Amino acid sequence: MAPKTVQQLDDRKPGMVTRKESELRLEFLNQVMDIPGGEKINRCIQCGTCSGSCPVSYAMDVQPRELIALFRAGLIEKILQSRSIWICASCYQCTSRCPSSIKVTDIIYALKRIAMERKIYPDKFPVYALSAKFVDNVNRYGRNFELGLMMQFYLKTDLMRLFRMAPMGFKLMKLGRISIAPKRIRALEDIRKIIAKADTFAVPRETHKKEYIEGMIGYRAVDGEVPDSGGVQR
Amino acid sequence: MNYTYYPGCSLEASADSYDKSLKSVFSDLGLGLSEIVDWNCCGATAYMSVKETVSLAISARNLALAEKAGLDIVAPCSACYTVLAKTHKIMAEKSQLFDHVNSALSQVGLSYNLGCRVRHPLDVLVNDVGIEAIAQKAKVSLKGLKIAQYYGCQIVRPYATFDDAENPVTMDKLFEALGAESVYYPNKVRCCGGMLMFTFADVALKLTDELLRCAQENGADVILTTCPMCQANLDMHMDELQQSYGHSYTIPTLFFTELLGVAMGSSISQMGIDKHLVPLAANVAKLLETKI
Repeated sequence: MAPKTVQQLDDRKPGMVTRKESELRLEFLNQVMDIPGGEKINRCIQCGTCSGSCPVSYAMDVQPRELIALFRAGLIEKILQSRSIWICASCYQCTSRCPSSIKVTDIIYALKRIAMERKIYPDKFPVYALSAKFVDNVNRYGRNFELGLMMQFYLKTDLMRLFRMAPMGFKLMKLGRISIAPKRIRALEDIRKIIAKADTFAVPRETHKKEYIEGMIGYRAVDGEVPDSGGVQR
Repeated sequence: MNYTYYPGCSLEASADSYDKSLKSVFSDLGLGLSEIVDWNCCGATAYMSVKETVSLAISARNLALAEKAGLDIVAPCSACYTVLAKTHKIMAEKSQLFDHVNSALSQVGLSYNLGCRVRHPLDVLVNDVGIEAIAQKAKVSLKGLKIAQYYGCQIVRPYATFDDAENPVTMDKLFEALGAESVYYPNKVRCCGGMLMFTFADVALKLTDELLRCAQENGADVILTTCPMCQANLDMHMDELQQSYGHSYTIPTLFFTELLGVAMGSSISQMGIDKHLVPLAANVAKLLETKI
């Protein structure tokens, strides 16, 4: 049967994935498999312990349990466009309680990395801005310069909050809890060399040739094999 | 006993008093701390969100530097503690990442061969020194002080090495031995919001509001914490909590080493307790100044 195009998305059968989606799945699976115990994502029993334990799930549009379910249904793009992955504060409550030992927090880290790499977030997005400035700080000084990070971050995202926080900043400064100048480590060159080399090991982008094909359903979509019969076989 | 010390970035600025009080307590108990020379940032949660292998490699540089001394690493910041422990664990379990990280480290003549044990100071104090030994050296009784023992997330999760993940008790027992009373505090391992205070402030404020309200309503005089991020979130946003929820809190959040230092005979100002935005109540300050 002829490959369908993305425009025909609405016609697709349950669980079918687009080419872009299948690329995302491969990249995602590669990242998840890099986490020790990452393969345990297959064991999810949809009990909802993660959602129930999460202290910030009330602010999520897609609950942690649904993140795993959406993945199974072949909708990583929907996960990446959700607010949820950015709300996670990495408190590891879900990971610690999961009866199937799924590393939910680490999986959310992997999802964040994919979304950042693909720039799937709104303009001036605070989580991206903070992480990017943080990385920038560490690369520049070797340590985190708290005051510089906060100033750069609020200048970029929320000037009003910078003004609102200013009185507190002055109080902290008076108490000696803010250091005015960054502390550079001596071995900055070393850090840069380590970063440059480590960066070459990043998971390579998959160039998946397959078009949107009816047989690529669920987990089958990630191993590259298209069953002969095609169609829904669940 | 001697340890390698990894203070982390916060202890050089906003959590300066954690650094000073920790060093004071360790020295009072005859424990040696030698700081890793020219350590770098562990990468925290933010770097991990951007690049995985790179964040592991920079974190591993500290482990590689520390490994030479052959001592346990003491990491007081909960985020540093978890990140360093996680780096060690991932390298131990994933040979590919072990190779990648060591290949990056070899660029500057370093290597990490899994020879470090990352410890939290609470673990060291309770398990290496012992609660009884500490209580014997106390010069100030904490009798009459009511504490909300707040462990936060990352010292018990995801790796609960020295205490229970759901109901840790080491800090409770330590301060009870010094005479204090632990109030009922079911939020002891609940998240403070961490970096969300900058990115989704409304979400983080709700979490800190719950933590403070629970402690105050249960009659605690102080909240004790083990983490710079928790201390900052619970101490610095009183005005915003007043605006958002109309709740005003007077309960101070101290680093556990500050209170321990006071119990060992140091003054409130030596321990940096006067550096917090929320001050101690007058009667609590008086209580802490009365020597046995």
